Amino acid sequence: MSAAFARALLQPDAPCPAGLKTWNGSDPAKRFAVYRNNVVVSLVDALADSFPVVQALVGEEFFRALAAEFARANPPRSPVLAWYGDGFADFVENFPPAAGLPYLADVARLEWLRVEAWHAADAKPLPLAEMAARLADEAALPALRLALHPSLRLLRSAHPVVSLWAAHQAEDVSAALGATDFADAEAALVVRDGLDVDILRIEPGAAEFVESLLRGAALGEAAQTAAPFDLPATLGLLLRSGTIIEATPSGRIS
Amino acid sequence: MTNANPHRLFRGGAAPAALPARGGIGLKPEHYQYILDTRPAIGFFEVHAENYMVAGGPFHHYLERIRADTPLSIHGVGLSIGGDGPLDEAHLDRLAVLLARYRPESFSEHLAWSSHGGAFFNDLLPAPYNAGTLARVCAHIDRVQERLGRSMLLENPATYVEFEASTMAETDFISEVVGRTGCGLLLDVNNVYVSCINHHRDARAYLRALPLAAVGEIHLAGHAREVDAAGAPMLIDSHGAPVAEAVWALYDFALSLTGPQPTLIERDNDIPEFPVLAAEARQAEIVMARHAKLEAAA
Repeated sequence: MSAAFARALLQPDAPCPAGLKTWNGSDPAKRFAVYRNNVVVSLVDALADSFPVVQALVGEEFFRALAAEFARANPPRSPVLAWYGDGFADFVENFPPAAGLPYLADVARLEWLRVEAWHAADAKPLPLAEMAARLADEAALPALRLALHPSLRLLRSAHPVVSLWAAHQAEDVSAALGATDFADAEAALVVRDGLDVDILRIEPGAAEFVESLLRGAALGEAAQTAAPFDLPATLGLLLRSGTIIEATPSGRIS
Repeated sequence: MTNANPHRLFRGGAAPAALPARGGIGLKPEHYQYILDTRPAIGFFEVHAENYMVAGGPFHHYLERIRADTPLSIHGVGLSIGGDGPLDEAHLDRLAVLLARYRPESFSEHLAWSSHGGAFFNDLLPAPYNAGTLARVCAHIDRVQERLGRSMLLENPATYVEFEASTMAETDFISEVVGRTGCGLLLDVNNVYVSCINHHRDARAYLRALPLAAVGEIHLAGHAREVDAAGAPMLIDSHGAPVAEAVWALYDFALSLTGPQPTLIERDNDIPEFPVLAAEARQAEIVMARHAKLEAAA
Protein backbone atom coordinates (compact mmCIF):
# COMPACT_ATOMS: atom_id res chain seq x y z
CA MET A 1 0.00 0.00 0.00
CA SER A 2 2.53 2.58 1.10
CA ALA A 3 4.84 1.76 -1.84
CA ALA A 4 2.37 3.19 -4.37
CA PHE A 5 1.51 6.04 -2.01
CA ALA A 6 5.19 6.87 -1.49
CA ARG A 7 5.96 6.78 -5.22
CA ALA A 8 3.13 9.15 -6.06
CA LEU A 9 4.23 11.60 -3.34
CA LEU A 10 7.45 12.45 -5.17
CA GLN A 11 6.06 12.52 -8.72
CA PRO A 12 4.12 15.73 -9.31
CA ASP A 13 2.31 14.42 -12.41
CA ALA A 14 1.68 10.83 -11.32
CA PRO A 15 -1.96 9.82 -10.75
CA CYS A 16 -2.91 9.45 -7.12
CA PRO A 17 -2.57 5.90 -5.77
CA ALA A 18 -5.44 3.43 -6.21
CA GLY A 19 -7.59 2.34 -3.30
CA LEU A 20 -8.39 5.78 -1.88
CA LYS A 21 -11.94 6.88 -1.17
CA THR A 22 -13.82 9.94 -0.02
CA TRP A 23 -17.12 10.22 1.85
CA ASN A 24 -18.79 12.24 -0.90
CA GLY A 25 -17.32 10.41 -3.86
CA SER A 26 -15.21 13.42 -4.82
CA ASP A 27 -11.99 12.82 -6.73
CA PRO A 28 -9.42 11.73 -4.11
CA ALA A 29 -6.63 13.24 -6.21
CA LYS A 30 -7.29 16.68 -4.79
CA ARG A 31 -7.11 15.31 -1.25
CA PHE A 32 -4.01 13.26 -2.02
CA ALA A 33 -2.42 16.47 -3.32
CA VAL A 34 -2.44 17.77 0.28
CA TYR A 35 0.08 15.06 1.23
CA ARG A 36 2.15 15.60 -1.90
CA ASN A 37 2.25 19.32 -1.19
CA ASN A 38 3.10 18.85 2.51
CA VAL A 39 6.04 16.62 1.65
CA VAL A 40 7.65 18.84 -0.95
CA VAL A 41 6.90 22.16 0.76
CA SER A 42 8.24 20.98 4.11
CA LEU A 43 11.45 19.72 2.54
CA VAL A 44 11.89 22.91 0.51
CA ASP A 45 11.32 24.92 3.70
CA ALA A 46 13.98 22.86 5.47
CA LEU A 47 16.45 23.59 2.65
CA ALA A 48 15.52 27.29 2.69
CA ASP A 49 16.37 27.38 6.41
CA SER A 50 19.79 25.87 5.76
CA PHE A 51 20.69 27.81 2.59
CA PRO A 52 19.42 31.38 3.06
CA VAL A 53 22.25 33.03 1.12
CA VAL A 54 21.83 30.68 -1.85
CA GLN A 55 18.15 31.64 -1.79
CA ALA A 56 18.97 35.35 -1.62
CA LEU A 57 21.41 35.04 -4.52
CA VAL A 58 18.94 33.37 -6.89
CA GLY A 59 15.64 34.71 -5.56
CA GLU A 60 12.89 32.81 -3.76
CA GLU A 61 11.07 31.52 -6.85
CA PHE A 62 14.21 30.07 -8.47
CA PHE A 63 15.37 28.63 -5.14
CA ARG A 64 12.09 26.87 -4.43
CA ALA A 65 12.05 25.32 -7.91
CA LEU A 66 15.65 24.19 -7.47
CA ALA A 67 15.01 22.86 -3.96
CA ALA A 68 11.85 21.02 -5.07
CA GLU A 69 13.80 19.26 -7.84
CA PHE A 70 16.47 18.32 -5.33
CA ALA A 71 13.87 17.09 -2.81
CA ARG A 72 12.08 14.90 -5.36
CA ALA A 73 15.34 13.39 -6.59
CA ASN A 74 16.94 13.16 -3.13
CA PRO A 75 14.37 12.74 -0.36
CA PRO A 76 15.87 12.57 3.14
CA ARG A 77 17.31 9.22 4.21
CA SER A 78 16.81 10.03 7.90
CA PRO A 79 14.09 11.63 10.02
CA VAL A 80 16.74 13.95 11.45
CA LEU A 81 16.18 16.89 9.13
CA ALA A 82 19.12 18.85 10.55
CA TRP A 83 21.21 16.70 8.23
CA TYR A 84 19.01 17.18 5.19
CA GLY A 85 20.92 19.12 2.56
CA ASP A 86 24.16 17.15 2.45
CA GLY A 87 24.54 16.81 -1.32
CA PHE A 88 22.58 19.96 -2.12
CA ALA A 89 25.76 21.82 -3.15
CA ASP A 90 26.70 19.08 -5.62
CA PHE A 91 23.17 19.18 -7.01
CA VAL A 92 23.44 22.97 -7.41
CA GLU A 93 26.76 22.54 -9.20
CA ASN A 94 25.11 20.28 -11.78
CA PHE A 95 21.84 22.19 -12.10
CA PRO A 96 21.93 23.59 -15.66
CA PRO A 97 19.73 26.67 -14.99
CA ALA A 98 22.29 27.81 -12.37
CA ALA A 99 25.29 27.40 -14.69
CA GLY A 100 25.61 31.18 -15.02
CA LEU A 101 26.41 31.49 -11.30
CA PRO A 102 29.66 29.52 -10.96
CA TYR A 103 30.08 30.54 -7.30
CA LEU A 104 26.64 29.29 -6.22
CA ALA A 105 27.68 25.71 -5.39
CA ASP A 106 30.52 26.89 -3.16
CA VAL A 107 28.20 29.28 -1.34
CA ALA A 108 25.95 26.24 -0.75
CA ARG A 109 29.00 24.30 0.51
CA LEU A 110 29.81 27.12 2.92
CA GLU A 111 26.24 27.28 4.21
CA TRP A 112 26.24 23.52 4.70
CA LEU A 113 29.44 23.73 6.76
CA ARG A 114 27.69 26.38 8.83
CA VAL A 115 24.82 23.95 9.51
CA GLU A 116 27.32 21.25 10.50
CA ALA A 117 29.13 23.66 12.81
CA TRP A 118 25.84 24.82 14.33
CA HIS A 119 24.92 21.32 15.53
CA ALA A 120 28.41 19.92 16.18
CA ALA A 121 29.45 18.61 19.60
CA ASP A 122 30.20 21.09 22.37
CA ALA A 123 33.72 21.66 23.66
CA LYS A 124 35.24 24.23 25.99
CA PRO A 125 37.87 26.51 24.45
CA LEU A 126 41.25 26.49 26.14
CA PRO A 127 41.32 29.51 28.48
CA LEU A 128 43.56 32.28 27.16
CA ALA A 129 45.73 32.28 30.28
CA GLU A 130 46.50 28.58 29.86
CA MET A 131 47.27 29.02 26.20
CA ALA A 132 49.54 31.95 26.99
CA ALA A 133 51.44 29.77 29.46
CA ARG A 134 51.95 27.09 26.83
CA LEU A 135 53.05 29.57 24.21
CA ALA A 136 55.57 31.10 26.61
CA ASP A 137 58.08 28.30 26.12
CA GLU A 138 59.24 29.19 22.62
CA ALA A 139 61.54 26.23 22.29
CA ALA A 140 58.60 23.85 22.80
CA LEU A 141 56.31 25.64 20.34
CA PRO A 142 57.07 23.62 17.19
CA ALA A 143 56.17 20.38 18.96
CA LEU A 144 52.91 21.70 20.37
CA ARG A 145 49.84 19.79 19.22
CA LEU A 146 46.54 21.65 19.13
CA ALA A 147 43.15 19.98 19.54
CA LEU A 148 40.53 22.03 17.69
CA HIS A 149 36.83 22.56 18.28
CA PRO A 150 34.57 19.78 16.88
CA SER A 151 32.60 22.41 14.95
CA LEU A 152 35.64 23.58 12.96
CA ARG A 153 35.26 23.33 9.17
CA LEU A 154 37.33 24.72 6.30
CA LEU A 155 36.48 25.57 2.73
CA ARG A 156 38.89 26.65 0.02
CA SER A 157 37.07 28.12 -2.95
CA ALA A 158 37.98 29.59 -6.33
CA HIS A 159 35.24 32.16 -5.62
CA PRO A 160 34.78 34.94 -3.03
CA VAL A 161 32.49 32.78 -0.87
CA VAL A 162 33.15 34.54 2.44
CA SER A 163 32.57 37.97 0.94
CA LEU A 164 29.35 36.78 -0.70
CA TRP A 165 28.15 35.28 2.57
CA ALA A 166 29.14 38.35 4.58
CA ALA A 167 27.46 40.67 2.08
CA HIS A 168 24.13 39.01 2.92
CA GLN A 169 24.62 39.74 6.61
CA ALA A 170 25.19 43.44 5.87
CA GLU A 171 22.60 46.22 6.26
CA ASP A 172 22.97 47.21 2.63
CA VAL A 173 23.30 43.91 0.76
CA SER A 174 23.51 45.48 -2.73
CA ALA A 175 26.31 47.83 -1.71
CA ALA A 176 28.23 44.96 -0.11
CA LEU A 177 27.74 42.81 -3.20
CA GLY A 178 28.82 45.71 -5.38
CA ALA A 179 32.10 45.86 -3.48
CA THR A 180 32.76 42.15 -4.01
CA ASP A 181 35.38 41.18 -6.58
CA PHE A 182 33.94 38.06 -8.20
CA ALA A 183 37.41 37.04 -9.42
CA ASP A 184 38.72 36.59 -5.86
CA ALA A 185 39.48 33.12 -4.53
CA GLU A 186 38.76 32.85 -0.80
CA ALA A 187 39.25 30.37 2.01
CA ALA A 188 36.80 30.15 4.90
CA LEU A 189 37.20 29.03 8.48
CA VAL A 190 33.85 28.04 10.00
CA VAL A 191 33.61 27.52 13.75
CA ARG A 192 31.00 27.79 16.47
CA ASP A 193 32.04 30.30 19.08
CA GLY A 194 29.63 30.08 21.99
CA LEU A 195 26.15 29.96 20.44
CA ASP A 196 27.02 31.59 17.13
CA VAL A 197 28.81 30.23 14.11
CA ASP A 198 31.60 32.47 12.82
CA ILE A 199 32.54 32.43 9.16
CA LEU A 200 36.00 33.98 8.84
CA ARG A 201 38.09 34.64 5.78
CA ILE A 202 41.60 33.28 6.13
CA GLU A 203 44.61 33.12 3.86
CA PRO A 204 44.88 29.99 1.70
CA GLY A 205 48.14 29.11 3.50
CA ALA A 206 46.41 29.47 6.86
CA ALA A 207 43.70 27.06 5.66
CA GLU A 208 46.40 24.53 4.73
CA PHE A 209 47.97 25.04 8.16
CA VAL A 210 44.69 24.39 9.98
CA GLU A 211 44.00 21.36 7.78
CA SER A 212 47.38 19.95 8.86
CA LEU A 213 46.55 20.61 12.52
CA LEU A 214 43.26 18.73 12.03
CA ARG A 215 45.24 15.78 10.69
CA GLY A 216 47.25 15.80 13.93
CA ALA A 217 50.43 17.55 12.79
CA ALA A 218 52.43 19.48 15.38
CA LEU A 219 52.52 23.26 15.12
CA GLY A 220 55.97 23.48 13.54
CA GLU A 221 55.34 20.86 10.89
CA ALA A 222 51.93 22.31 10.01
CA ALA A 223 53.38 25.80 9.61
CA GLN A 224 56.31 24.64 7.48
CA THR A 225 54.30 22.61 4.99
CA ALA A 226 51.71 25.32 4.28
CA ALA A 227 52.01 28.07 1.68
CA PRO A 228 53.32 31.33 3.22
CA PHE A 229 50.86 32.86 5.69
CA ASP A 230 50.84 35.02 8.82
CA LEU A 231 51.29 32.48 11.62
CA PRO A 232 50.92 34.81 14.64
CA ALA A 233 47.78 36.38 13.17
CA THR A 234 46.31 32.93 12.43
CA LEU A 235 47.05 31.66 15.95
CA GLY A 236 45.48 34.84 17.33
CA LEU A 237 42.37 34.25 15.25
CA LEU A 238 42.13 30.61 16.38
CA LEU A 239 42.43 31.73 20.01
CA ARG A 240 39.93 34.57 19.79
CA SER A 241 37.36 32.40 18.02
CA GLY A 242 37.61 29.71 20.72
CA THR A 243 38.83 27.17 18.16
CA ILE A 244 41.67 25.78 20.29
CA ILE A 245 40.37 23.44 22.97
CA GLU A 246 43.65 21.83 24.05
CA ALA A 247 47.37 22.30 23.50
CA THR A 248 49.72 19.50 24.46
CA PRO A 249 53.46 19.34 24.22
CA SER A 250 54.33 16.30 22.11
CA GLY A 251 57.99 15.94 22.97
CA ARG A 252 61.00 17.21 21.07
CA ILE A 253 61.06 17.21 17.34
CA SER A 254 64.35 16.31 15.75
CA MET B 1 -10.00 14.44 39.50
CA THR B 2 -10.20 11.52 37.10
CA ASN B 3 -6.80 12.12 35.59
CA ALA B 4 -6.19 8.59 34.30
CA ASN B 5 -2.48 7.93 34.18
CA PRO B 6 -1.67 5.96 31.02
CA HIS B 7 1.80 5.18 32.28
CA ARG B 8 0.26 2.70 34.67
CA LEU B 9 -1.22 0.75 31.79
CA PHE B 10 2.14 -0.23 30.32
CA ARG B 11 3.17 -3.65 31.54
CA GLY B 12 6.89 -2.96 32.06
CA GLY B 13 9.12 -0.23 33.44
CA ALA B 14 8.69 2.28 36.21
CA ALA B 15 6.19 5.07 35.69
CA PRO B 16 7.86 8.46 35.21
CA ALA B 17 6.17 11.53 36.63
CA ALA B 18 3.30 12.65 34.42
CA LEU B 19 2.84 16.05 32.80
CA PRO B 20 0.77 18.46 34.92
CA ALA B 21 -2.85 19.09 33.94
CA ARG B 22 -1.99 22.58 32.73
CA GLY B 23 -1.42 24.49 29.52
CA GLY B 24 1.79 23.78 27.61
CA ILE B 25 3.47 25.27 24.57
CA GLY B 26 5.52 23.81 21.72
CA LEU B 27 9.06 25.09 22.24
CA LYS B 28 10.46 27.00 19.26
CA PRO B 29 13.98 28.40 18.76
CA GLU B 30 12.41 31.82 18.11
CA HIS B 31 11.32 31.89 21.76
CA TYR B 32 14.37 30.39 23.52
CA GLN B 33 15.89 33.64 24.70
CA TYR B 34 12.56 35.20 25.64
CA ILE B 35 11.75 32.19 27.82
CA LEU B 36 15.12 32.28 29.58
CA ASP B 37 14.83 36.02 30.11
CA THR B 38 11.26 36.03 31.43
CA ARG B 39 10.75 32.52 32.85
CA PRO B 40 7.02 32.48 32.01
CA ALA B 41 4.78 30.27 34.16
CA ILE B 42 4.04 27.58 31.57
CA GLY B 43 2.75 24.15 32.60
CA PHE B 44 5.12 22.29 30.27
CA PHE B 45 7.02 22.55 27.02
CA GLU B 46 6.98 20.08 24.18
CA VAL B 47 9.73 19.56 21.59
CA HIS B 48 9.96 17.50 18.43
CA ALA B 49 12.43 14.74 19.21
CA GLU B 50 14.13 14.82 15.82
CA ASN B 51 15.18 18.47 16.15
CA TYR B 52 17.35 17.55 19.11
CA MET B 53 19.08 14.53 17.60
CA VAL B 54 22.24 16.54 17.02
CA ALA B 55 25.51 16.39 18.95
CA GLY B 56 25.57 19.84 20.53
CA GLY B 57 25.11 23.52 19.88
CA PRO B 58 22.39 26.06 20.65
CA PHE B 59 19.40 23.67 20.59
CA HIS B 60 20.75 21.59 23.46
CA HIS B 61 22.10 24.66 25.23
CA TYR B 62 18.65 26.21 25.44
CA LEU B 63 16.65 23.04 25.98
CA GLU B 64 18.81 22.04 28.95
CA ARG B 65 18.27 25.40 30.61
CA ILE B 66 14.56 25.62 29.87
CA ARG B 67 13.89 22.02 30.80
CA ALA B 68 15.70 22.47 34.15
CA ASP B 69 12.65 24.10 35.72
CA THR B 70 9.74 23.12 33.46
CA PRO B 71 8.14 19.73 32.76
CA LEU B 72 8.92 18.40 29.29
CA SER B 73 7.14 16.34 26.66
CA ILE B 74 9.19 14.84 23.85
CA HIS B 75 7.10 14.31 20.75
CA GLY B 76 8.47 12.18 17.92
CA VAL B 77 7.58 12.86 14.31
CA GLY B 78 9.79 10.31 12.56
CA LEU B 79 9.34 6.78 13.93
CA SER B 80 6.89 5.75 11.20
CA ILE B 81 4.91 3.53 13.57
CA GLY B 82 2.28 2.96 10.89
CA GLY B 83 4.84 1.90 8.30
CA ASP B 84 5.00 -1.35 6.33
CA GLY B 85 8.59 -2.11 7.21
CA PRO B 86 10.38 -2.78 10.49
CA LEU B 87 11.08 0.14 12.83
CA ASP B 88 14.30 2.04 12.25
CA GLU B 89 16.39 0.70 15.13
CA ALA B 90 19.04 3.41 14.68
CA HIS B 91 16.31 5.98 15.15
CA LEU B 92 15.06 4.18 18.26
CA ASP B 93 18.62 4.29 19.60
CA ARG B 94 18.73 8.04 19.04
CA LEU B 95 15.42 8.38 20.86
CA ALA B 96 16.71 6.34 23.77
CA VAL B 97 19.75 8.64 24.07
CA LEU B 98 17.55 11.74 23.95
CA LEU B 99 15.11 10.41 26.54
CA ALA B 100 17.97 9.39 28.85
CA ARG B 101 19.40 12.90 28.58
CA TYR B 102 16.24 14.91 29.20
CA ARG B 103 14.07 12.44 31.18
CA PRO B 104 10.82 13.91 29.81
CA GLU B 105 7.57 13.45 31.70
CA SER B 106 5.99 12.21 28.48
CA PHE B 107 7.00 10.65 25.17
CA SER B 108 4.56 10.50 22.28
CA GLU B 109 4.41 9.56 18.62
CA HIS B 110 1.86 9.37 15.81
CA LEU B 111 -0.50 6.84 14.33
CA ALA B 112 0.98 7.42 10.87
CA TRP B 113 3.88 6.48 8.65
CA SER B 114 6.58 8.77 7.31
CA SER B 115 9.29 6.52 5.86
CA HIS B 116 9.28 3.98 3.06
CA GLY B 117 12.06 2.22 1.18
CA GLY B 118 14.72 4.20 3.02
CA ALA B 119 13.21 7.60 2.18
CA PHE B 120 11.76 9.90 4.84
CA PHE B 121 8.84 12.05 3.69
CA ASN B 122 8.59 14.47 6.63
CA ASP B 123 4.82 14.16 6.74
CA LEU B 124 2.35 12.08 8.75
CA LEU B 125 0.88 9.71 6.18
CA PRO B 126 -2.24 7.56 6.56
CA ALA B 127 -2.62 3.78 6.59
CA PRO B 128 -5.71 1.61 6.10
CA TYR B 129 -7.35 0.39 9.30
CA ASN B 130 -7.41 -3.39 9.06
CA ALA B 131 -5.98 -6.48 10.74
CA GLY B 132 -2.64 -6.22 8.94
CA THR B 133 -1.99 -2.61 9.94
CA LEU B 134 -3.22 -3.32 13.46
CA ALA B 135 -0.73 -6.16 13.90
CA ARG B 136 2.14 -4.04 12.58
CA VAL B 137 1.29 -0.95 14.64
CA CYS B 138 0.96 -3.01 17.82
CA ALA B 139 4.26 -4.81 17.17
CA HIS B 140 5.96 -1.46 16.55
CA ILE B 141 4.57 0.10 19.72
CA ASP B 142 5.55 -2.98 21.74
CA ARG B 143 9.07 -2.62 20.40
CA VAL B 144 9.21 1.14 21.14
CA GLN B 145 8.01 0.68 24.71
CA GLU B 146 10.38 -2.23 25.26
CA ARG B 147 13.39 -0.37 23.83
CA LEU B 148 12.65 2.88 25.66
CA GLY B 149 11.58 1.15 28.88
CA ARG B 150 8.50 3.31 29.25
CA SER B 151 5.02 3.72 27.88
CA MET B 152 4.31 6.08 25.03
CA LEU B 153 1.30 8.10 24.02
CA LEU B 154 -0.08 7.55 20.52
CA GLU B 155 -1.61 10.53 18.71
CA ASN B 156 -4.77 10.22 16.63
CA PRO B 157 -4.14 11.52 13.10
CA ALA B 158 -5.53 14.26 10.90
CA THR B 159 -6.28 12.64 7.54
CA TYR B 160 -7.48 13.76 4.12
CA VAL B 161 -8.28 10.44 2.44
CA GLU B 162 -9.71 7.08 3.50
CA PHE B 163 -8.83 3.63 2.16
CA GLU B 164 -11.00 1.04 0.47
CA ALA B 165 -8.84 -1.50 2.35
CA SER B 166 -10.00 -0.22 5.76
CA THR B 167 -12.21 -2.64 7.65
CA MET B 168 -12.35 -0.86 11.01
CA ALA B 169 -13.35 2.59 12.23
CA GLU B 170 -10.40 4.74 13.31
CA THR B 171 -11.73 4.85 16.88
CA ASP B 172 -12.01 1.04 17.05
CA PHE B 173 -8.50 0.75 15.63
CA ILE B 174 -7.08 3.11 18.27
CA SER B 175 -9.00 1.34 21.04
CA GLU B 176 -7.54 -1.99 19.93
CA VAL B 177 -4.01 -0.57 19.85
CA VAL B 178 -4.34 0.95 23.32
CA GLY B 179 -5.86 -2.25 24.69
CA ARG B 180 -3.23 -4.53 23.20
CA THR B 181 -0.08 -2.46 23.83
CA GLY B 182 -0.89 -0.57 27.02
CA CYS B 183 0.14 2.69 25.36
CA GLY B 184 -1.68 5.90 26.23
CA LEU B 185 -3.56 8.27 23.97
CA LEU B 186 -2.44 11.72 22.94
CA LEU B 187 -5.79 13.18 22.04
CA ASP B 188 -5.33 15.79 19.33
CA VAL B 189 -8.63 17.64 19.40
CA ASN B 190 -7.79 19.64 16.29
CA ASN B 191 -7.07 16.39 14.44
CA VAL B 192 -10.42 15.02 15.59
CA TYR B 193 -12.15 18.12 14.26
CA VAL B 194 -10.20 18.19 10.99
CA SER B 195 -10.72 14.49 10.26
CA CYS B 196 -14.38 14.57 11.18
CA ILE B 197 -15.03 17.47 8.79
CA ASN B 198 -12.91 15.81 6.10
CA HIS B 199 -14.70 12.46 6.40
CA HIS B 200 -18.12 13.77 7.38
CA ARG B 201 -18.24 12.23 10.84
CA ASP B 202 -19.81 13.38 14.09
CA ALA B 203 -16.88 14.71 16.14
CA ARG B 204 -18.59 14.20 19.49
CA ALA B 205 -19.53 10.64 18.67
CA TYR B 206 -15.95 10.06 17.49
CA LEU B 207 -14.61 11.39 20.80
CA ARG B 208 -16.96 9.19 22.83
CA ALA B 209 -15.78 6.15 20.90
CA LEU B 210 -12.11 6.70 21.82
CA PRO B 211 -10.45 4.96 24.81
CA LEU B 212 -10.57 8.18 26.83
CA ALA B 213 -9.35 6.60 30.08
CA ALA B 214 -5.96 6.31 28.36
CA VAL B 215 -5.64 10.03 27.54
CA GLY B 216 -2.36 11.42 28.89
CA GLU B 217 -2.19 14.67 26.94
CA ILE B 218 -4.28 16.82 24.62
CA HIS B 219 -3.09 18.79 21.59
CA LEU B 220 -4.77 21.93 20.29
CA ALA B 221 -3.73 23.63 17.06
CA GLY B 222 -4.97 25.76 14.21
CA HIS B 223 -6.05 24.50 10.80
CA ALA B 224 -6.53 25.94 7.33
CA ARG B 225 -9.74 25.76 5.29
CA GLU B 226 -9.89 24.49 1.73
CA VAL B 227 -12.42 22.57 -0.33
CA ASP B 228 -12.26 19.14 -1.92
CA ALA B 229 -12.93 18.32 -5.60
CA ALA B 230 -16.70 18.43 -4.97
CA GLY B 231 -16.55 21.77 -3.17
CA ALA B 232 -17.06 20.24 0.28
CA PRO B 233 -15.02 21.70 3.15
CA MET B 234 -11.59 20.15 3.54
CA LEU B 235 -9.51 21.21 6.54
CA ILE B 236 -5.73 21.10 6.60
CA ASP B 237 -3.87 20.45 9.86
CA SER B 238 -1.54 23.40 9.27
CA HIS B 239 -0.39 24.35 12.79
CA GLY B 240 -0.19 27.81 11.30
CA ALA B 241 -3.08 29.67 12.94
CA PRO B 242 -4.70 30.23 16.33
CA VAL B 243 -6.89 27.41 17.69
CA ALA B 244 -10.28 27.71 15.98
CA GLU B 245 -13.47 28.47 17.94
CA ALA B 246 -14.99 25.15 16.90
CA VAL B 247 -11.93 23.33 18.25
CA TRP B 248 -12.15 25.19 21.57
CA ALA B 249 -15.79 24.06 21.79
CA LEU B 250 -14.80 20.46 21.04
CA TYR B 251 -12.02 20.71 23.64
CA ASP B 252 -14.60 21.83 26.19
CA PHE B 253 -16.69 18.78 25.31
CA ALA B 254 -13.62 16.49 25.48
CA LEU B 255 -12.78 17.72 28.99
CA SER B 256 -16.35 17.00 30.07
CA LEU B 257 -15.46 13.35 29.33
CA THR B 258 -11.84 13.24 30.51
CA GLY B 259 -11.51 15.95 33.15
CA PRO B 260 -8.55 18.36 32.99
CA GLN B 261 -5.58 17.10 30.95
CA PRO B 262 -2.13 18.44 30.09
CA THR B 263 -2.97 20.53 27.02
CA LEU B 264 -0.47 21.65 24.43
CA ILE B 265 -0.82 24.64 22.10
CA GLU B 266 0.94 23.52 18.90
CA ARG B 267 2.21 26.13 16.48
CA ASP B 268 4.78 25.22 13.85
CA ASN B 269 4.13 27.78 11.10
CA ASP B 270 3.65 31.56 11.13
CA ILE B 271 4.92 31.46 14.69
CA PRO B 272 3.72 34.50 16.67
CA GLU B 273 5.34 36.22 19.65
CA PHE B 274 5.48 34.00 22.71
CA PRO B 275 2.76 35.86 24.69
CA VAL B 276 0.23 35.05 21.95
CA LEU B 277 0.81 31.33 22.53
CA ALA B 278 0.92 31.83 26.30
CA ALA B 279 -2.54 33.42 26.09
CA GLU B 280 -3.88 30.34 24.28
CA ALA B 281 -2.31 28.07 26.92
CA ARG B 282 -4.01 30.20 29.60
CA GLN B 283 -7.29 29.86 27.74
CA ALA B 284 -6.93 26.08 27.96
CA GLU B 285 -6.32 26.39 31.71
CA ILE B 286 -9.49 28.46 32.11
CA VAL B 287 -11.50 25.70 30.43
CA MET B 288 -9.72 23.13 32.62
CA ALA B 289 -10.49 25.10 35.78
CA ARG B 290 -14.19 25.09 34.94
CA HIS B 291 -14.17 21.33 34.47
CA ALA B 292 -12.21 20.82 37.69
CA LYS B 293 -14.93 22.75 39.54
CA LEU B 294 -17.67 20.74 37.85
CA GLU B 295 -15.93 17.54 38.90
CA ALA B 296 -15.53 18.74 42.47
CA ALA B 297 -19.21 19.65 42.62
CA ALA B 298 -20.35 16.32 41.17
